[in-house]
Amino acid sequence: MTTAAQAPLTDPVVGAEAGHALGDWPRPWSRRTTWIVRGIGVAAAASVVATVWLGLWVTPPDQTQHDLVRLVYLHPPIAWVALYLAFGVAAVASALWLWPRTRSAFWDRLAVSSVEVGTVFTALTLVTGSLWGRPTWGVWWAWDARLTSTALLLVMLLGYLALRRVPSDPDARARRCAVVALVAAVDVPIVHFSVNWWRTLHQNATVLNADLAPTIHGSMAWTLLLGFVSMTLVFAWLLAVRYRVEALAEHRRLSELDAALEERRAEGRTGTNPWGDAS
Amino acid sequence: MWRDTVLVAGKDLRIELRSRVVLHQVVPVAVLVLLLFAFALGPERATTVHAAAGVFWVAVLFATVLAVQRSFAVEGGDGAHEALRLWGLDPAGVFLGKAAAVAVQLLVLEVVLTVGVVWLYGAHVHAVLPVLVAAAAGTAGLAAAGTLYGALAVGLRVRETLLPFLLLPVVAPVVVAGTRAWQVALGTGSGSVWDPWVVLLVVFAAVYLAVGVVLFGQLQESP
Repeated sequence: MTTAAQAPLTDPVVGAEAGHALGDWPRPWSRRTTWIVRGIGVAAAASVVATVWLGLWVTPPDQTQHDLVRLVYLHPPIAWVALYLAFGVAAVASALWLWPRTRSAFWDRLAVSSVEVGTVFTALTLVTGSLWGRPTWGVWWAWDARLTSTALLLVMLLGYLALRRVPSDPDARARRCAVVALVAAVDVPIVHFSVNWWRTLHQNATVLNADLAPTIHGSMAWTLLLGFVSMTLVFAWLLAVRYRVEALAEHRRLSELDAALEERRAEGRTGTNPWGDAS
Repeated sequence: MWRDTVLVAGKDLRIELRSRVVLHQVVPVAVLVLLLFAFALGPERATTVHAAAGVFWVAVLFATVLAVQRSFAVEGGDGAHEALRLWGLDPAGVFLGKAAAVAVQLLVLEVVLTVGVVWLYGAHVHAVLPVLVAAAAGTAGLAAAGTLYGALAVGLRVRETLLPFLLLPVVAPVVVAGTRAWQVALGTGSGSVWDPWVVLLVVFAAVYLAVGVVLFGQLQESP
C-alpha cells in the first residue's frame, strides 16, 4: 500500500488545530474567530433581552391593535432573517461552491447551516404571522400572498434538507444541494409575484416602504429597529454554531473512517482474520 | 448544441413511440385525476365548469412528475446514463433535448385533457389563442424545471419520493398563472390573459431553460 493511501483522510481545515488547546477537540476555526462568535452570542442575548423589555414594558400599546401591536417587534425581524438573510447567504454560498475557482467545503457547510437556521426562522415567521392573523383578520390562515409564498418557501427549504439527508458521496451531495438552493432562490421572486397577483390582503411594509419614510414614530420605531438588530445577531450566532456542528460531524466521520482503515491494516500485519479460518 | 438537442429529443421520443409508457400509463392517470376531482368537487355543473382550468393544470403537474421520472428511468439501465456522458454531447444540448421530449409528450397529454375538461367538466373554450399560448408556455416551463430536477435525482435511491417533494413547490407559479390564464380564456375568470399571466408563464419558462442550460453540465458530472 502506498504512503498516499495511508495518509489520514481527516480534512486539514478541521484537523489542523486538533489537540491545540482543548485536548483532542478539533476547532473549525481560529482562536480569534471563537472569541468573535462568543461576542456575537453575548450581543445577541443582550439585544433580545433589551427588545423584550422595550417591547413589553416601555413602548405604548397601539390605538387600534392595542397590545397586539407588540408582535411587530418580533414578526417582521424574524421574517427579514428568514426571507432575505438566510436565503441570501445560502444562495451566495451555493453559487460560490458551484463556481470552480471558489469551490471549497466552507461554502457547502455555510449553505447547509444557513438553510437549516433559515428553516427554523421561516417556520417561526408562519407561526407568529398566524398568531397575529387570528385576532386581526379573524382566521388562523388566510390565503394571503405573503403567507402563501412563505409557506411554499418553507416546503422548498424542507426539500433541501431532505435532499441533504440522502446518503451520497459528499461531493455529489454538495453539488445537488447547491443546485437546489440556487434554483429555489431563482424561484422565490417568481413565486412572490405570482402569488401577489393571485391574491393579497397583507398590510404593506411599514418601515421599508417606497419613499423610506417610516410611518411609526418614537420608542416604537427604535424598538423595531432593535428587534431587527437582535434577530440578525441571533441568526449570525446560530449560523456560526451550526457551521461548527457541521464541520465537527464531518471531522468525526472522517476520523472514524481513518480508525477503521487503521484497524484493517493492523489485522493485515498480525495476520488475524476477523472471519475466522473459513479458507 | 442544437444538433445534440435534436439527437437526444429524437432518441427519447423514439423510445416513447416504441414503449408507449407515457401514452399507455401516464395519460390514463391524468384522465383519472379529472374523474377523481369531479368526485371531490361534486357533480354540479357550475362547480365543475369553474374548477375546470385548475384541475387541468393540477393534472398536468402530476403528469409532469411521472413523465420526468420516465424520462430519466429510460437511462437507468445498462449504463445508459454514463454512455450519454461519454458520447461527448453538449450538456446544454442534452438538457434541451430531454426537456423538448418531455414537452412534446406533455402537449399530447394536454390535448387529451382539454377534450376531457370540455367533455366531462362542461368547460367552453371562449378564446382559442390564449389557451394555446398559455399551454405552450406553461408546458415549456414545466418541462424545463422537471428535467433539471430529474437530472438532480438521478442515482439517488429515494428519487421516486424526493422528486415530487422538490419539484412541486418550485412549479407552483405555473399552476397559479396557468389556471388564471385558462379561467379567463374559458370564461370563468376576469381580467387579462396576457398581462400578467402569460407573461409570467413565459418568464418562468425562459428562466428555467436558462438555468438548465447553465447548470445541467454540473449535474451530469456527479457520479
